[in-house]
Parts: sequence; C-alpha cells; structure tokens
Amino acid sequence: MDFLLWVRGPGFDIALVVFLIGILIRLLEVLILGRKPDHSEPRGAELGAGLRTLMTRTLPEQGSFKRSPFTVVGGYIWHIGFFITLFLFVPHIELINATLGLSWPGIASNLIDAVAAVTIVTLLAMLFSRLSHPVKQFLSGPEDYLTWLVTFLPMLTGYLAYHRMIDPYPLVLGLHILSVELLMVVFPFTKLMHAFTFIFARWYNGAMAGRRGVQS
Amino acid sequence: MSKATIERGLNAFREQMNAPIASFFSSCVNCGMCAEACLFYTETGDPKYTPINKLEPFRRVWEQEYTLWGKLKSLLGMSKPVTDELLEAWEPLVYDACTLCGRCSMVCPVGNDISYMIRRAREGFVAAGYAPEGIKGASRRAITIGSPMGVKYPALAAQIKHIEADTGLTIPVDVEGVDYMALLSSMEIMNFPEYMEALARIFKQAGVTWTISSEAFEATNSGIQIGSSDIARELVNRVVVAADKLKVKYVISPECGHAYTAIRWEGPNLIGRPYNFKVVHILELLDELRASGRLKTEGMEDDRLTFHDPCQIVRKGGVLEPPRNLLNMVASNFVDMQDPREMNWCCGGGGGVSANERAEELRIKVFKRKKSQLDELNVDTLVTACANCRLIIEEGLEEYRMEIPVVGLTEMIAEHLVDEKSE
Amino acid sequence: MAEELKRIGKTLGESLRERGVSRRGFLKFCSATASLMALPPAMAPAIAASLEKAKRPSVIWLSFQECTGCTESLTRSHSPSVENLIFDHISLDYHHTLQVASGAAAEAAREAAMHENEGQYIVVVDGSIPLGNPGYSAIAGISNLQMLEETVAGAAAVVAVGTCAAFGGLPQASPNPTGAVSVSDIVKDKPVVNVSGCPPIPTVITGVLAHFLTFGSLPELDSLGRPMVFFGKSIHDRCYRRPFYDKGLFAETFDDEGARKGWCLYRLGCKGPMTYNACATTKWNQGASWPVESGHGCLGCSEPNFWDAGGFYNALSIPDSDITRQAAYVAGAGVALGAAAGAINRNKQSKAASAHETVTIDDLDKQS
Repeated sequence: MDFLLWVRGPGFDIALVVFLIGILIRLLEVLILGRKPDHSEPRGAELGAGLRTLMTRTLPEQGSFKRSPFTVVGGYIWHIGFFITLFLFVPHIELINATLGLSWPGIASNLIDAVAAVTIVTLLAMLFSRLSHPVKQFLSGPEDYLTWLVTFLPMLTGYLAYHRMIDPYPLVLGLHILSVELLMVVFPFTKLMHAFTFIFARWYNGAMAGRRGVQS
Repeated sequence: MSKATIERGLNAFREQMNAPIASFFSSCVNCGMCAEACLFYTETGDPKYTPINKLEPFRRVWEQEYTLWGKLKSLLGMSKPVTDELLEAWEPLVYDACTLCGRCSMVCPVGNDISYMIRRAREGFVAAGYAPEGIKGASRRAITIGSPMGVKYPALAAQIKHIEADTGLTIPVDVEGVDYMALLSSMEIMNFPEYMEALARIFKQAGVTWTISSEAFEATNSGIQIGSSDIARELVNRVVVAADKLKVKYVISPECGHAYTAIRWEGPNLIGRPYNFKVVHILELLDELRASGRLKTEGMEDDRLTFHDPCQIVRKGGVLEPPRNLLNMVASNFVDMQDPREMNWCCGGGGGVSANERAEELRIKVFKRKKSQLDELNVDTLVTACANCRLIIEEGLEEYRMEIPVVGLTEMIAEHLVDEKSE
Repeated sequence: MAEELKRIGKTLGESLRERGVSRRGFLKFCSATASLMALPPAMAPAIAASLEKAKRPSVIWLSFQECTGCTESLTRSHSPSVENLIFDHISLDYHHTLQVASGAAAEAAREAAMHENEGQYIVVVDGSIPLGNPGYSAIAGISNLQMLEETVAGAAAVVAVGTCAAFGGLPQASPNPTGAVSVSDIVKDKPVVNVSGCPPIPTVITGVLAHFLTFGSLPELDSLGRPMVFFGKSIHDRCYRRPFYDKGLFAETFDDEGARKGWCLYRLGCKGPMTYNACATTKWNQGASWPVESGHGCLGCSEPNFWDAGGFYNALSIPDSDITRQAAYVAGAGVALGAAAGAINRNKQSKAASAHETVTIDDLDKQS
C-alpha cells in the first residue's frame, strides 16, 4: 500500500515532470533548428501536400505492404490495441479526467481485456520478429529493445492487475502504474519520441515532395 | 596538399543538420520497411543496405551533438564516436549502394525522407575525404574541363556541325535574346546525339526560339553527386551566368535526371537566390507545346512498349504527367510497369553510381530488379527520358542478354513529327 | 474480582450452559464460524467440541489512541448473540469501556490477570500508540507505549483490532501530530494478528478469537498480518456490483440513473479493488447491508494509510497531487529549457556554417 501510494503520488509527479519537460525539450530542440528558405520556384504548395502525407502515411504503400505484411499488420494491431486499452479503459479515462478534465465514454472492460490480450501477444510476436528478421535484427540496438520493454510492461502489468494475478492488488496496481511511469521517463530520451516527431517528419517529407509537385 | 580531414567532415555534418533531419532521426523506430523499398537490399538480401543504416555516421552526429540525451551520453562515454574508420566503412554504402532514387522516402511509415538525408550526409563524407575515386575524377573534370566526361566545346561543335550537315537543320549557338537556352548532358553529346537533332526538329516545327551556350552547355553536375555544395555551386553558376548573359527566359534541362535536380531544385539554393529565368524539363516543354497544339505528330508506334520513370525527373522532379501525355501521342500499345510513376524502381545507376567504377558489380547485380520488371511485361521497346538511365539500362540488358531496344522519349517524339514538306 | 478469577477454571461449554445458551444455538454459531473461516461444514462439530472444552483464556483489552468505535462495533451490532456470549466467557479481565472497576482497581485487575496467566493471556489492542510526547495518551499515569510493552511481555499473542492498532489509522494520518504507530511497529517478539477495519467486522474479531480457542494457534495471515480467511479477497472480487464494472456501467453521481440502477461505484471513488475485507460476504448489522449495497463506495478502511490514499471520491487510479496546476508550471519550465536547448543547437549549426571551408576539387583526397 505504501508502494502504491508512492507510485501514485511522488512517483507519478516525478514521471510527469520528466515526461513533460523532456518532450518539450526534445520537440523544441528539433523545431528550433529550422530550415533554410527554399529559393527554387515551387511547382506545388507545401502546406497541403505536407498535411496530406501526414494522413496518407498512416496507410502503407501497396508494394511495401506486400513485402512486409507482418511488420505492417503487427504494427497496426499493437498500436491500435495499445491506444484502445490506453484511452478507452474506464480507469484510464478517469485518470485523464482527473488530471486534464477531459472525459469520454469508455468501452466494456471485458472487451478491453480481449484487446489487451491480443496486443500483448502481438507485441511478443513483434519482439520475435525483431530478433529474427534479418533487417530488423541487424538494425536493432539496446534502445530498440528498451523501448519495446517499456511499452510491453504496462500492457503486461495492466493485464495482471485486471485479472489480479498478483496478490495483493495494491502491489500489482502499483507495479502497473510504475511501469507506466517508467515508460513516461524513458519516452523523451528515446525513439519513443516518434509518437510526436512523426508529425513533423511526415509533414516535412510531404511538403518537400509537394513543392516539387509530387504527393509523397 | 589536401585539406580533407575528419574534422571538416564532422563540421559539414553539423552544418547540414536542420529541423527536417532532426525530425527524421527522432522518428525512426528501425522497423526495416525502407529495406524493402531499396533495390540494393531486395536484390542482395544484405541488411547492411537498409537505407536508414546508410546514415549511421550522420545519425551519430545528430544524436551526440544535437540531442540533450545524446550529449549526456557522450559525457558519460556511452556513445560511439564518428571516426575515419567509420566513414571509410560507410563510404561504399553511401556512394555505391545509394542512387538517391528516393523510393525509401516514399514508404517510410513515419515519413522519413531518407534520400534527402543521404544527399546531405555526402557533404560530410566528401569534406572528410571519403568519396569514390570515380566521382572525384568526374568532379575534377567537370570543374577543370567543363564536363564530367571530359567533353569540351570543340567536341560539341563537331557534333553540331555533323548534325547540321546530315539534316540541314540549324543548331543555334550563343544567340542572345532567344526564349530558351538548352542544356545537354555529356552522354547526349557523345552517346546519344540524336537528342540534339530531335530538339532542333521539334523546335523548328513548333517555332521555338532557342540556343546552346558555348560557355555552359553541360547540364550534369558532379557536385550534386559527390555531395559537395561548393563544387555544385560552381557548376550551376556557370549555367546561371551564361543564361543571364544570353538573356534567355527559360533554361531547358535535358532528359538527364540528376541534371534536372541540380539545375531546377538545388541550383537556386546553391547560389542563394531565385533565378532570373525559369527552368523547364524538356518533357515539360514538349507537353506544353502539345497542349497548345504547337507540337504535331503523325503515326503511332504499335510496338508493345513501356516507360522507365527516371527517379530524378518523376519521383524527385515532379514531371509526372508529361511523359505519359507524350507517349499517348505516339504509342498505341503502351503498358506501365508494375510500380510505375513515383513508385518506380531505379535503374541502379543514379546518384553518381554510374560514375563510380567500384560500384559496377553491385550495380549490375541490382539491375535484376529492372530485369524482373521487364520480364513481367514482355515488351518490344523500353522508352525513358534520362540519358544516364538509358546507358545503365542498355548495359544491364546486355549483361543479362535481353534484347530490348531503349529509346529516348524526345527522340521518339521527333521521329513522329509531322513532316513539314508533306503538309 | 476473586469471583472473576475463579471462573477461569470453567470450560467454555460449562459456562455457556450455566448461562442458559442452548446446544442448538451454540452449534449454529460453530457452523457460522466454520463457514466464515472457509472451513468445510464438517468442521463445525469439531469446532463445537474444541470450544466446549476450551478453558476461557484471559483477555486484556488495551485502548490507546482510539475512538471506541471498534468496541461499539463488537458489542452492539449483533447483540444479543452468541458472539457476545463468547466475550462473556472469555475472561475479559481488563477493558476500559466494559469493566466495572475503575482507577487503581482496574489497573490491579490488569496486573493480576498478567500475573495469573503469565504466558497464556491474549492482549487485544485498539488504537494507535503515540511515540511523540508520552502525555498525548496515558492511562493511570502510564504512557501507552509503556503499558503496551509491559502487558505484551507475558502475552501468548496480540490481536490488533481496528485500523488504528493494526496500521496507525486516523491518528497516524498526515501530518501525524502524535507520532502514532501501529502495534506491530512496537511488538516484534510476539505474534500479532491485525484485524483491521474502521471499525472491523464484529464476526471477524470473534472469528479470530474462536480460531485461537479452537486450534490453539493463530490463523494463517496475509502479508499485512491479517487473517487470510477474512482478508484474502478484495471487496471488488466479491462485490455484487462487479458485473457492472466488467460491462463498463458506472454511476457518475450519487443520484443519477446509474446509481439508481445499482451500477458500479468505481467512478465515485470506490476503493473496492484495493481493499481486502469480508464486508461483501458477511455484511454489517446482522447481515442487513454494507456500504456498497447502501450506495456508497468502499473507503478502503481496512487498508494501511486509507486516510491519506487520495480523496474518498476520487477514482482509484487517480494520482492524489494537484496535477493540472503542476503541469502548467512544468510545461513552462519545459518550454524554457527547450528554447535553451534549441538555441544551443542553432548556435552549433551556425558555428559549423561559419567554420565551413570551401570544398574544392583539390580537397577531395584524404589528408595524408
């Protein structure tokens, strides 16, 4: 219980501070770098093309889908599953409501349970793929496995907490919250930042191509 | 006495860093999907050819010098430095195994423009002295002689004379005040002089006033390929000076792909200001003439033919519709390859790879991608619009014993021009 | 006093019959106890037999920083009942509220019981012990700490009744002005059973004593020293409103449709998921109802620090600090630091640009 109180109190505060400050630093240290004005005569407008790419990259290019179906489908499943469990599970909505004052309806917890199970299995499969696929295995370093772990732990501990597979409950709930805090602390310093920077990356890509008259 | 050092290389990496690149590096999650978009990976199966891996030295500079966390890690001695050894090891990946085709930039799920980064990473490699001998030689020739293949004006003058004698057409040189100044690539002068002839015939029919500059006829830009803005600037500047001197309204980029990128998109940024003239690709101009009814053709090719989209003209140049509009004028049996237009696969010789003898074996190997695309179609003729692609494809077809003639689109149009005399 | 001491010799059975408790009533209590302790019904006769023969042990009940709610719970709720009789028939030798004696006589009774039953008696404590100024709570001039240490020295076992005794409870709540601690913080060399709750369920208190009488040993305890049979499962797990939680049906206020339909009280701050107690099965007031049934979320009163575990009406998963205001400050700091980091990067970028040495064709080879 003391543990739960710590992770819910000071622990959460620390994680939130690191998370918020870290993300702002990372975003600003990227954006303030800016880019030089482009003197070439544009063929198309940057803004619209950038925004379009921001949306269209959500769907895989056809050929890539055929060539990496597992990465694409697995990526979809676990990202969507992660967001469903994160944003549609009632206790999580309550947390957001209490911290930000925003609220929306959740979905049935046994449905969340099923989604979580699928997500956990998919994450394990993604890890297996990272360890076995020649390209992913070649590219991956400690950071890739660390980010996998801190993403996986909240799912796992959340599942254990929901099913009370560890006694007492305050311990497993505390572990769950702690794992999320770990995720929050690690987030700004790793490629987990892609959750924010993909917006700029896609926009720049689309804008630079759009300027040349190509929808990328 | 040479000044290329690792420090200069590192400085160049630092100088190239900007918000797009920092966004790209921040976003990569090593999903590996770019590998499947790169012919150097698909045809070799070697994971070191994964596009994002080619950027490792540049990525390290970003992480260690442009991120708070990376700086901390460096302080704690937790990061791997960028050394001569690293650049030496990566040089073949950056120059031999990337044609700057930009296909990876089209598929990255987080939107990373990888070829944009490789172009910029080359600035660091060249400043540190790690560029392939072949491209270095081409750059030296481009600066000292005026053309990467060593073609001087007298050689061009001879070709012009030859064409004029053969056809009775006039090829104007150094004519002031005309609308268009045409650029040529050395390959077009030496290997495919038909291009010049085609220009003369088409422009005559369409009533386009044009000229070639004896001072700046070379369109290709080795500086872009080796990745040195300084060298590229000097080469672009020659064209700018000549065009300003002849007071032309337009400069025509020839079929050559990277020449278009150099003069159309990079040029103004290299000289730091917009041009006093406009740059058009020859296909854009022809399409304009077609649309306004000034380009008249007759007869149709009934061969089964396909079009190889040159990366720098289509995917990275935005000349998307003109090639097909023009083909439809003269071809009745046109089929697209699988993955056409902006998703087309590179011939394997762009981005300086064709000038890099060391890369030849690899280049022939990755040509298998184009080969299998062609095998699927079973065409009689392959049309393209880039002298470099054309040369590389011809070599590849020969290597794999495929007998498919390769034709430049401009020439094909010229062949179907309505004969003035018969009207 | 002397009369009291003599009664210790009688067995519980004898004493019960003397008091006119029927065999049937007694057996009924025994089966209830068996089921409460999750023992098979066949155990009821064994319990009865053990209890019949049990010598009534001496019990010393110490009340420290407490509100007497625990005693109230015990004496009132099921009265009259067999539980009360049990209490009649253990030898409750010292209990402020219930004993007749007062002053020096009361203290003499405690000392006598300790002396007579050295090593045999049970000490029941309700209330926390102040470690601050001893004057915060003292009895007959003896500080709580001193009395506890002195009394426990010869005890067979200690039962900490109520959350104050078990975990510090309300007196220990922030800022804990008296320096209150729990019994188990002081008593390290005797078995301590925590019967937490504010107050504890009466049958749970008697159940623990019955177990001791029946088996001569303490029941199996959880990690917080609470009997597993009563504290092994959470309120949430045994709550009759649980199906609504699983379906995502929640009361949003105390008088909305969801509340009227009896939906889950999670959003209204119910601490059921983290609270381990038997309320959902034993209920209160002779099994009439219990907090969740009456429409109010569980407060988590049988858990340590329940007073300080965030608001009673905040959902369980919610951190207790004032996040929103904090986030605004943090964001401000983040923007400032980010702008600084960005400026450093910009500076590096432009420094590199001014350090740029033009690359010419004479510079293409590596310096050797």
